[in-house]
Formats: sequence, structure tokens, C-alpha cells
Amino acid sequence: MTMPGEQLEEEVGRDELGTGTTGESPVRAAGGSSRLSLVLRRFRGSPQSLVGLVLLLGLFLLAFVGPYLAPYSYLDKDFTAFLEPPSPQHWFGTTPVGQDVFAITLRGMQKSLVVGLLVALISTTVAGIVGAFAGYFLGWTDRGLMWLADLLLVLPAFLIIAIVSPLFRGNTWLLFVVLLAAFLWMVTAKIVRGMTISLKEREYVQAARFMGVSAPKIIFRHILPNLSSLLIVDATINVSAAILAETALSYFGFGVQPPDISLGTLISQGQTSAVTYPWLFFFAVGLLIITVLAVNLVGDGLRDALDPRARSRRAN
Amino acid sequence: MTTFLLRRLVNYLVLVIVATSFAYLLAGAALDPRSNYQGRNPPPPEYVVDKTLNEYNLNDKTPLLERYVTWAGNVATGDFGKTWEGVSVNEEVGRRIGVSLRLIILGVVLGSVTGVFIGAYAAVKQYGAFDRGSTFGSFVILSIPTVVIAVLLQVSAVFANDILGLKFFQYTGEYTPGLEGGLLTHALDRVQHLVLPTLTLALTQVATYSRYQRNMMLDVLGSDFVRTAMAKGLRRRTALIKHALRTALIPAVTYFAFTFGVLLAGTTFTEKIFGWHGMGELLIDSISRNDINSVAAVACFAAIAVLIAGLLSDIFYAILDPRVRIR
Repeated sequence: MTMPGEQLEEEVGRDELGTGTTGESPVRAAGGSSRLSLVLRRFRGSPQSLVGLVLLLGLFLLAFVGPYLAPYSYLDKDFTAFLEPPSPQHWFGTTPVGQDVFAITLRGMQKSLVVGLLVALISTTVAGIVGAFAGYFLGWTDRGLMWLADLLLVLPAFLIIAIVSPLFRGNTWLLFVVLLAAFLWMVTAKIVRGMTISLKEREYVQAARFMGVSAPKIIFRHILPNLSSLLIVDATINVSAAILAETALSYFGFGVQPPDISLGTLISQGQTSAVTYPWLFFFAVGLLIITVLAVNLVGDGLRDALDPRARSRRAN
Repeated sequence: MTTFLLRRLVNYLVLVIVATSFAYLLAGAALDPRSNYQGRNPPPPEYVVDKTLNEYNLNDKTPLLERYVTWAGNVATGDFGKTWEGVSVNEEVGRRIGVSLRLIILGVVLGSVTGVFIGAYAAVKQYGAFDRGSTFGSFVILSIPTVVIAVLLQVSAVFANDILGLKFFQYTGEYTPGLEGGLLTHALDRVQHLVLPTLTLALTQVATYSRYQRNMMLDVLGSDFVRTAMAKGLRRRTALIKHALRTALIPAVTYFAFTFGVLLAGTTFTEKIFGWHGMGELLIDSISRNDINSVAAVACFAAIAVLIAGLLSDIFYAILDPRVRIR
């Protein structure tokens, strides 16, 4: 997928920025805006990531605008149509109690997307902060935080979330989001820690330190911005990881709890009738797969655009 | 070296103890084994329930910390206690580990070997039709949750069975109970039960390994020693297989050690959906049955499995990559 011209462009781009790769260029240097345009150009240069982005935007529109276009809301029950196949009236058919499958599927998608985004946001933030603090202070801070990360890696996440799941009922699905995020940050935190240790020795960090800038300020002003490419890519990948985890947990009744709907709960309800009444099952499954696929495509494209070293290594 | 290993081992031990204790205390606080008895019809008298619960150290009238101390004392002697029905947790876990092993071995081996070959071939034919096809395929597979893969396979098996008018694909359990016939019938029966769960496991593995192996292989293909090998007159095929593939296999092997350990306690979805009574199923069932002692045992097993997996993959890496050893 790399054309010779693009390779050249990358070389030029790298010269422009000195060693313009992950975590190596001070973000506020002169190349700040040109780096953005460079990244955008690289991102646009790859058809897969564009497809992913368009798909993702389309899915968001569908999930959040779609419900206003459809004739039925997810709360409505059509008592004249039980278990009807897809028709102009009910685009995705109806359930045994007369709910409109289109409306409830979009409702489930909203929940899955929101859960995915929130989990990714929280876990990447935690990963960045924990990793940077551990790497910057080292010593006991490092030991304590990394031990916590090890402990969470060793604890079976599914088990813990499942035990706590009765608490998720009602409006506390946010607790589910927090728990899911609590089990996703560890590996990235370790990577961030390693990179922070090497960033700490950079001149601009040293300079800031000798000028008397406080440690938290250095971490938030200098270290984390320089790790932004890594964190952005990580957040994108975490969105799909979170959606997958949410589906699995909800499938077994340990995730999103009724009356809330997510794609996972829909899939588990539709499974038994997948052969006889396929519309109850396959619309949810299809939308789920397309969503995760789109997120993955965007994540992959972002990684290539933000970290050309990884790409040129792969392209050779 | 010995002190390093010893320190690491002590750290592991502490991690396992803390993780298991945490799981026990959380389960003890949240789960309610009493409800299992109260739900019976007719409900047994309270003193009978108390007596049974006391016997298994599950009585919620005893303070949690007191129960924890009793439990920890037993665990220290290697006894994980009883399930709420009075079966020994040790026996239960021992039996289930066997089931999980029988389930994952074939899937993991099949998946990793196929994945490595697909990835390596895709790298050699970079940007060819095979490369694009396999990359897209693994992308799609990695976007489907295991639960959905399993359910989709199950649904298509029902469909295929309907069309063929046979019951070739079996999708519940490890074997047909009470099946009569010779060794061959039993073997065939087990194979029929194994096809779908193995496929579920293998598909994800193939996708992961092929992406991984493709990148590794591309790294190696551009390196000097492969060029040298070809320059000194080796055939392309020999250079690719003997020099490039062998080097590019190192991460795959270490990854294999890691996934194996993780899957041993982590095939939850596959086991549950296909009705195999392994460790993964116990994870879900112990919670829905309010079985505190089993929850703790599963947590302990999972912790040990993950740590050993990590250790094994490190050891394999050191054995296979001389650069790591010298350091």
C-alpha cells in the first residue's frame, strides 16, 4: 500500500521534524502544525483508514440520528405485528412482543458505542497518567503502581466484573464502564512507563526541571503530549476491545442490565431464534461486526500515520 | 541469576495469594449461597441450612474474616474446600482442567501452525492477492467477538444438519452420554463434538498469528543475513525457510506459550456455549451458583496460569534468541 512517492514524502517529513516519530519531537516545536498536516496526509493516503472513518461516521449517524427517522421508537410496541419479518413498516422486522427491531438495535448500538468510547477514554487516561508517574518518579511510586498493574493483570477480569454485576442495574451502568476500564490500562501503562524513563533524559525535560517546574507540570506539559501518538492509537484500539468485552459480558448477563439494551444483550436474546427468525439476530451481529471493523481500520490507519517507523519497517 | 529467579518467584507467590484472597473476599461479600437452599421446595428448616453451610464454611452468619481465616488455613494445606453441594473443589477443578486441556490443545496447535504459515506466505508475496485476502480476513475475524463466532458456528451447524438431514455437527458437550458402540464409535463421537469448538478457538488464533507472523517475517526479509544467505548462492526457498522463517518464528513460539496458559483458564465463552465442563465454564457457573470456594479456586488457577504463561514465554525467548541470553 506504500507507493514509492509516499516513501519519499515520509523521508522528507522526517527531515523536517528532525526525528519526527513517536515521542521524539517536542510537540510545541516549529513543526507542530506541519506534523499535523503530515499525519493527516498520511492518513488520507491509505484507503483502508478512509473506509474505516467513513463507516464509523456513518454508524454514528445511524445510531444517533437514525432513531428520529424511523416510524417507531424503542419503547413502542406494535400489537398488530408480532414476529413480523422486515417490511416497509418495520425495517428490521419485529420481536415476539411487537418491538421494532430497527429501533431497539439502534438503541443497543448507542449504548455499545458510548460504553466503548467512555471505556477507552478512561483506560487510556489512566494508562498515561499511571505510566508517566511511575516512569518519572521511579522508586517506590514505580514499584507500587507497577505492582498494582501486575495484580490487575493476574486477576481474571471477567470473574470480578461478573461478581459485581448485580450492582449495574438501573442507572449505574457507568460503574460497569469504570470496571471495564479498570482492567484495560495495564499493558499500555507499562509501555508509557518505559518511554517516560527515556524521555526524562531529554534536554527539554531536564531544562524544565532545572528551571524549577514542578513534576506534575512536567508530566502533563512535556511528557504526556510527547506520547500523544501512542495514546491516541491505544485509545482507538481500546474502543474496539471495550465493545468486544461489553458484548461478551452482556451476552452472559454480566454486563449491561435490563431494561438497558446493548448489542450484546440483543445478540443473546436473538441467538435462540437465529435460524427461524433471522432478523432478530443477524442485524445486531452485522452492525456489531461492522462497528468493530471500522474502529480497527481507523486504529490501524492512525498507527501508520502517527508512527511512520512502524510502517516503513513493515513496508521495507 | 538464582537470586533474580527467586525474587521473581516470591513476587509471583505474593501476587497469587493477594489475587486469590481478593477474589475470595469479594465473592464472600457479594454471593449468597444461602439462597440456593432457600429456593428449594419445600424450603428446608433454617437450622438444617445453617448446619450444612457451617460444614462447608459458607455460612453468612459467620463473619467474613473468620470464614476467610478458616479457608486460608485449609488452602495453605492444599485444600480449597467444598462446593455448596459438598463436592471437593480440588476434585472438581482437577477434572475440569483435563476437559479444558482436551478442548484447547487441538485448537491452539491448529490455529498457531496455520496462522504462522499464512502469515509467512503473505509476507513473501507481499501486496499480492493472497496477502490482501488474508490481511482482510484476519481483520474481519478479529472484529468478531468470540461469543459471536461461537454462536454463528452453532447456528450454521444447525442449518447444515437440517439440510444434510444428518446430525454430524454436535454442539453440546464433550461426548454423547450413554452412547453404545465400540472404540471407533466413541472416537468418532468425540471428533464430532470437537469440530465446532476447535474451529472457534482456531479461527481467532489463525487471525492473530497470521498478522503477527506477517509483520515479523517482513522485518526479517529485509535484514542483511537473509540477503547474505541468498548472495552466497542459497536457493531463495532455502534462504526463506531456513534463515528467514526460523528467525521470524521466535516471537510466535513465545506467544504460543503465553496464549496456551491464558486460554487454559480463559476459554470461558467457547466452553460455556458448547457445553464443555471445563475451567472456563466453572468461572461462570460458580458465580451463578453462589459457590464462593469455587470462585476463589478459579481465580487462583487463573492467576497461576497467567504467571506461568508469562514465565514460560520469557524462558522460550531466552532459549531461542541468543541475544537475550548473552545479556
